[in-house]
Amino acid sequence: MIFVIVPAYNEEKSIGRVLGGFFETQFKDESLKNMKVVVVDDGSIDNTVQIASQAGATVLRHEINRGQGAALQTGNEYALEQGASIVVHFDADGQFNPVDIESGLMTMKNKGVDVVLGSRFLDNRSKMPWSKKYLLLPISRFVNRLLTGLKLTDAHNGFRILSRKALQKINISQDRMAHNSEIVKQIKQHNLLFAEHPVEVVYAEYGQGVGGGLKILQDLLAAKFLR
Amino acid sequence: MFVIQIILFIFFLFAFVKVVGRFKAGEIGKMTALGWCLFWVAAMLVVILPNSTAQVAKLVGIGRGADLVVYLALAALFFIMFRMMVKIERFGKEITALTRKISLQEKDKPTAK
Repeated sequence: MIFVIVPAYNEEKSIGRVLGGFFETQFKDESLKNMKVVVVDDGSIDNTVQIASQAGATVLRHEINRGQGAALQTGNEYALEQGASIVVHFDADGQFNPVDIESGLMTMKNKGVDVVLGSRFLDNRSKMPWSKKYLLLPISRFVNRLLTGLKLTDAHNGFRILSRKALQKINISQDRMAHNSEIVKQIKQHNLLFAEHPVEVVYAEYGQGVGGGLKILQDLLAAKFLR
Repeated sequence: MFVIQIILFIFFLFAFVKVVGRFKAGEIGKMTALGWCLFWVAAMLVVILPNSTAQVAKLVGIGRGADLVVYLALAALFFIMFRMMVKIERFGKEITALTRKISLQEKDKPTAK
């Protein structure tokens, strides 16, 4: 069974639309028609939980806010326990397009990989702010490459598809946003086969800016030196 | 005797009394209390007899006793800060693990707040 994991923190404005998108999208693949959508509520203080439950998602709740990495790992463990064959990570802010899940699965099957990583740079559907495209992301890509050893066309893209094998190997210990680089690092460590796949990202908000990037770097360096 | 000596002495005495108080209230253990008491008594001695550190300072190659105290204090502070960071990091991980455990255990219960 395919599990879609949606970590959500105070996303009452967009979670309904995101979940609706899953249920309304006409997937051709049979396994996608029966996919299980799991929202991991990360201690939201708004109506995220109620809206997600009403929309028909399975909701796991963090009593207190622990960060996106922590929420994803909770979702991963739940999916493993429930016997998931494939897990999709999907953001709750409505930036991704559910259609990319189906084509991403095709990539996974056709290329025989364990991990599919979304990239905004493989087609021209994503219209991102220029400062992000030409300043922030090139720097992030470079830093990630230094820290993880993998060369990717995108950095900190929350769209991923993981096989069960990958799910068993990858363990997210970075509770906050540095989990992204951590996952990439573990792909390399465990020699998991991976492919990048074009995904569309719609920008309603800027998302993580320079401050967010610096916080990620701080978390990554702390993890390196505090062990 | 300079005013600063009096101020520091009173402050260290206050800290000493606080340590005894925490110990009596059962909030800190015997060894912790003893360690801190010795520390504050030593601090008071140094304040009353500032020249007592001069000899040690000379021994390790520092000109003044006061400088030695400052160097040692800074080194100790940074080390303690590092230890606290490690500890906080570990607490964070433990809290996350606990949160996750509760979340996975309660997944079958109604989600209403």
